[in-house]
Amino acid sequence: MTPMRDTIFVNARLLDPGAGLDAPGSLLVSRGLIADHGGALGIPEGAEVVECGGAVLAPGLIDLRAALGEPGAEYRETIESAAVAAAAGGITTLCALPDTQPALDDPALLQFVLRRGEATGSLSILPYGAATKGCAGKEISEFGLLREAGAIAFSDGSRAIAEARTMRLALSYARAFGTFVVQHPEEPSLARGGAATEGELATRLGLPGIPPAAEAMMVARDIALARLTRGHVHFAHVSTAAALDLIRAAKAEGLAVTCDTAPPYFDLNETAIGDFRTYAKLSPPLRRDADRLAVVAALADGTVDAIASDHQPADPDDKRLPFAQASAGGTGLATLLGITLARVHGEDLALPDALALLTCRPAKLLGLEAGRLARGAPADLLLFDPERAWKVEAGRLPGKAQNSPFDGRALEGRVLGTWKAGRRVFG
Amino acid sequence: MLPYPHRHLLALQGLEPPYIADLLDLAESYALLNRSGKTQRDLLKGQTLINLFFEDSTRTRTSFELAGKRLGADVINMSVSTSSVNKGETLLDTASTLNAMHCDLLVVRHAQSGAPALLSQKVDAAVINAGDGTHEHPTQALLDALTIRRHKGQLENLTVAICGDVLHSRVARSNIHLLTTMNCRVRVVGPPALLPAEVERLGVEVFHDMKGGLAGADVVMMLRLQKERMAGGLVPSAREYFRFYGLDAAKLAQAKPDAIVMHPGPMNRGVEIDSAVADDPTRSVIGEQVEMGVAVRMAVLDTLSRNTRRNARL
Repeated sequence: MTPMRDTIFVNARLLDPGAGLDAPGSLLVSRGLIADHGGALGIPEGAEVVECGGAVLAPGLIDLRAALGEPGAEYRETIESAAVAAAAGGITTLCALPDTQPALDDPALLQFVLRRGEATGSLSILPYGAATKGCAGKEISEFGLLREAGAIAFSDGSRAIAEARTMRLALSYARAFGTFVVQHPEEPSLARGGAATEGELATRLGLPGIPPAAEAMMVARDIALARLTRGHVHFAHVSTAAALDLIRAAKAEGLAVTCDTAPPYFDLNETAIGDFRTYAKLSPPLRRDADRLAVVAALADGTVDAIASDHQPADPDDKRLPFAQASAGGTGLATLLGITLARVHGEDLALPDALALLTCRPAKLLGLEAGRLARGAPADLLLFDPERAWKVEAGRLPGKAQNSPFDGRALEGRVLGTWKAGRRVFG
Repeated sequence: MLPYPHRHLLALQGLEPPYIADLLDLAESYALLNRSGKTQRDLLKGQTLINLFFEDSTRTRTSFELAGKRLGADVINMSVSTSSVNKGETLLDTASTLNAMHCDLLVVRHAQSGAPALLSQKVDAAVINAGDGTHEHPTQALLDALTIRRHKGQLENLTVAICGDVLHSRVARSNIHLLTTMNCRVRVVGPPALLPAEVERLGVEVFHDMKGGLAGADVVMMLRLQKERMAGGLVPSAREYFRFYGLDAAKLAQAKPDAIVMHPGPMNRGVEIDSAVADDPTRSVIGEQVEMGVAVRMAVLDTLSRNTRRNARL
């Protein structure tokens, strides 16, 4: 294998929200690491020159939450196909959910996923460990051994840890290993059988509803448990005003409480389910517009720590069913940046703040070095044009899973290229 | 008459008043024809009507069967077991089977809201929703409206109380859409746990007691309370339900003296309705609802097949 040539990105808008950098300049990559960046770099002899044409060069995105089909649901998505979609979406680091078949509750399984991620060569996959054995919500799993094996944190994926006692144990035990527990905040007894947010629309469609309070009450309970245990709880895909208010207050109190949201919850409202559109059936379900606006406000005021893709691959057969029977979840890898940039174009967020939610802020939460344009760091890079328009078309998205809730959405902001450790993996 | 604007009849929500009035007028003419004993017109001769029932129903299936036969269609009944391994695959597999059979009119009943809408995207036939989950049951609401109109002379400005398990009732939803569209004052009456969230946004007034809900009503429409609702804990017991929400003579006395009593059937006597009321020929129009059911379904089949032929010409 010939040694990697140096690469120099010229005429870029260098954007590193973690360092407060937003300036025109060049960036030099040598041996897969960021060697230097600045306004006036010379072009080294023999280096490959990437002319950026004024486009934004930023750290590769860190996706805090994505379900992959492996192991167990390869018909929906494989790690290989997810990596293709992630590269096209500018994602270079991805945290994979553990509620697979079997669940990632054993160090060997976790290492399997880690190895499969390394084999892609384009994406660092950081698996969550199952918070409970089999993600069944009963007994907590071996946090210590799983952490040693590479678990980034602990979660039961798209299942809520329902019992207060189990959650208490998980939060307190996680403290011993300096990690945190990710909750799917939804009271299961109120959500069981539900297909849409309870209210006028679900009433008209005759769909079983999930009251929005199912989210807030789980958040309230787990905040109380975080106070009790001094453990760190992280709420995933928060989607309601009431839950965000509770999280805002908990943060002000100084508790170890963090949260993320996902693009559907600040870009779509419940009307996207229209006449039984199953591609817009998500978990948690899409909410009314007042909640969507509250999510936008929480992105702007810092309550939300990260935007995650919340990627949930599905096969057409999982979705071509009557609404209540169709599986919940949408793809999100290829649209993560574009939908986030829509909030920049909508003037709700400044570009550096939006990008921070996809880079340095999830990195800080996870304790990662990635997500920065730091000299000496791996050259995980994203080049994008914030203005270039494109249209989301289910059926023509990169990767295997095509169940995008954003089908037909026109976007401004397109990934031009993605680099993993200095190697071009997209564009 | 305006040409009916859709290929299918999936829901009454959004259907404009003139189309509802046209369907009711046509149904009225079929009601008269049926009473005169004249049948077997050749309007649907050579057309195939399939009754596709994923959920048991003797009454609605028979009514569609009779309607189809009276118009001269070839009627086939298909009952698909809901206990099949994968219900969803059955649904779309069935769609391709039906297309291969060149079915013209497809009547669908399914336990899932939106199932007929999903089927309608995949089949060539005109689809008639014969009840889907807790979504809609359009022909039931049309037959209810026709029955009301025959007794009250009009629909406008009547007060209709829909009582009982509105939450799980597709009949209630279709009736709410139709009756509010036709300028009736609609009330829903039931315990909060059996009323859907934000039902008032559908243009109805909400009552939790029968006394207030029935006061001055022209029409009292009772809904079936399914036994499994009690198992689900939404109602503590049948006797408590009957005591507070079952229609008996004392509660009916709150309504107008000439108020009619309706029920989509099948009835749970002694649960949501007292036999003395259900069988009172001066108040109960339950038998006439069944009769109007056939006429309404004839009108719907006639309208949709006429539409299909017109579209084929265009």
